[in-house]
Amino acid sequence: MTDFWLHPSLLLLLGGALLFAMPARLKKGWLLLVPILTFARVITMAKGTYGVVPFFGTHLTFGRVDELSSVFGYIMALMCIIGTLYGLHVKESAQHAAAWAYAAGSLGAIYAGDYLVLFLFSEVMAFSSVFLVWFRRRRESLAAGYRYLLVHVAGGLALLGGMIIHCRAQESWAFVHLDVGHPTAAIYLIAASFLLNAAVPPLHAWLPDAYGEGTFNGSVFLSAFTTKTAVYALCRSLAGMDLLIYLGVAMALYGVVYAVLENDCRRLLAYHIISQVGYMVAAVGIGTQMAINGACAHAFAHILYKGLLFMGCGSVLYMTGESKFTELGGLWRKMPWTLVFTLVGGLSISAFPLFSGYVSKAMIVSAGFAEHRLWAGYLLNLASVGTFLHTGLKVPYFIWFGKNQPKKAVWDRAADPPANMLAAMLVASFLCVFIGCYTPYLYHLLPHPEVAARYHPYELYHLSQTLQILLFTGVGFFVLLKKLTPEALISLDLDWFYRMGGRAFRWFAQKPVQLADTFVGELYRTAGLVPLMLTAARAGRFDTTVIDGAVDGLADSVRSLGRRLRLVQRGQVQQSLALAFAVAAILIVAFVVYINW
Amino acid sequence: MNLVKLIEFLRLRLKTVVRVCVAALILLVAGDYFLVDKSEAHLPIEGRLPGFWALFGFLGCALIIILSKWYGHAGIMTREDYYEEPSGPGPEPGAQAQEEAAHD
Repeated sequence: MTDFWLHPSLLLLLGGALLFAMPARLKKGWLLLVPILTFARVITMAKGTYGVVPFFGTHLTFGRVDELSSVFGYIMALMCIIGTLYGLHVKESAQHAAAWAYAAGSLGAIYAGDYLVLFLFSEVMAFSSVFLVWFRRRRESLAAGYRYLLVHVAGGLALLGGMIIHCRAQESWAFVHLDVGHPTAAIYLIAASFLLNAAVPPLHAWLPDAYGEGTFNGSVFLSAFTTKTAVYALCRSLAGMDLLIYLGVAMALYGVVYAVLENDCRRLLAYHIISQVGYMVAAVGIGTQMAINGACAHAFAHILYKGLLFMGCGSVLYMTGESKFTELGGLWRKMPWTLVFTLVGGLSISAFPLFSGYVSKAMIVSAGFAEHRLWAGYLLNLASVGTFLHTGLKVPYFIWFGKNQPKKAVWDRAADPPANMLAAMLVASFLCVFIGCYTPYLYHLLPHPEVAARYHPYELYHLSQTLQILLFTGVGFFVLLKKLTPEALISLDLDWFYRMGGRAFRWFAQKPVQLADTFVGELYRTAGLVPLMLTAARAGRFDTTVIDGAVDGLADSVRSLGRRLRLVQRGQVQQSLALAFAVAAILIVAFVVYINW
Repeated sequence: MNLVKLIEFLRLRLKTVVRVCVAALILLVAGDYFLVDKSEAHLPIEGRLPGFWALFGFLGCALIIILSKWYGHAGIMTREDYYEEPSGPGPEPGAQAQEEAAHD
């Protein structure tokens, strides 16, 4: 290839690598410049296919820029700017580099034209995002990070297995729409991996587990990229698969139920990601042009308002050190601006008229009704009752109002966060309101703009319906307020199986296996070792005097080397992982650049 | 700060705020009944029952809270240290014990 096509992910990866060498006074500028350049690159890319690289008899396609990938690329790059601005004051370069690598993985997966590139970048996402959990540096975050990684490695293997079987049969690696009318085992494997990344129950428990444990700014990134990249992959490959409607509606309600029980505000928001992604999954299942528009629009709006909500709750965590409702309350006097921004996020996710969720969610529900899936339409309306109940009412009420008085230390620490965090929330809030008020902005970006242009969300019937549902949910909230008082408890979810399963496996490894080992050892000692020892005793005299001197010296040096190696291996697994990952990333980038020239 | 003063102002007049809200709710349902064209309704009941969606919102909210709490108290909600290892701190208590045993 003669012309060099600059992949937007490359900007983020190189920018992240250079960050470590950046002098302190230039760092903040660099942190803003790189995501803005990436965004500029994304919006200036013309539609077409680029970055086609020959690879062992086939070719890899790094840049498929079309209607569907453009809208997702746009919002991911935009969120990367807002997320970086939010964490601008964080000094540790590695945190920013991990977040950028994660965003780069997402952009890479979105522009991927074949399964090999898709797989590569999904792994980049999994291995970089886990650091956003680990950097919180609590004992719980270490464990949660490992669980997150294990689940995603399992998902990656499902994709790898599925795509190899599928692509051998098709004799093409192209990542295109699958034959959802006649799904094969391979298609189910691929679907399972996408559904895992989209956190569809029963493959969802990793999400609240990890997002509740992430750093205050890491969770802002986490909330945006993994699930919505999966929604993109579903739109691309599985549109019209009936099963997805049932799964989507079920997960929209599942998230709502757990959100009632949740006491940690960021875990509550995480459960509402599951609920909101349910709308998108259901829309992909419906599969009409209007539904796919709805899925994309809702993903776009969702990334902004969910990021905003995680920024609001992240500010509370950052300033007070607390994220549990039972430890918070009455903060309106101390953090009023954070309250306002969180409310904007809450009203947007609840689909209040004039806020972003209203113009996107309605498209999905209408697409359901238009396809005569009445039950889906009504149940999705029920899920929006739950959304407003928790995110619009429960979160603001129990953090900023409520009867609970936080401890004095928490109260004294509480204040509105640093200016860059407020600025990031302001930008996200503005976009939420702008999208809700000026619909052509979002509707022009959608994959089927002509269909979107015919849709009018502000019709009187729909407006009146939405206002009634939401405002009377508010009445229900205040009537049943006592029942909603948060309890200092956790709720068991399906991660119980692998958390307790892991423990059972360890017990098995410790107890029965070790017992058997001891037993075999004993047998060996009495039957084989005793006669051997008698012979050995004779040889031993020679051994102790002559050979020991030499061997002991050797053994000592081996042992000291082993001790040093063990330190490297035990304390710093994450660093080793990061190193291995960085080397792999550099090799890939070098390879791509080399071939492209 | 102005924002705090505004919230304080509203909190001091909570009764009035509630009255205004109730009036708005009544107006909303009445407006829906008299002004909104119901030809777009998906089920006939939406058109026939005044305030159908208001009822939907209120009952849906009550249903979600009551059913979820029932589900939670049926054994799903548990103490916060449920997942903590009984053998105390340390990332890998099992591995340590094993290593000690191997040294013996």
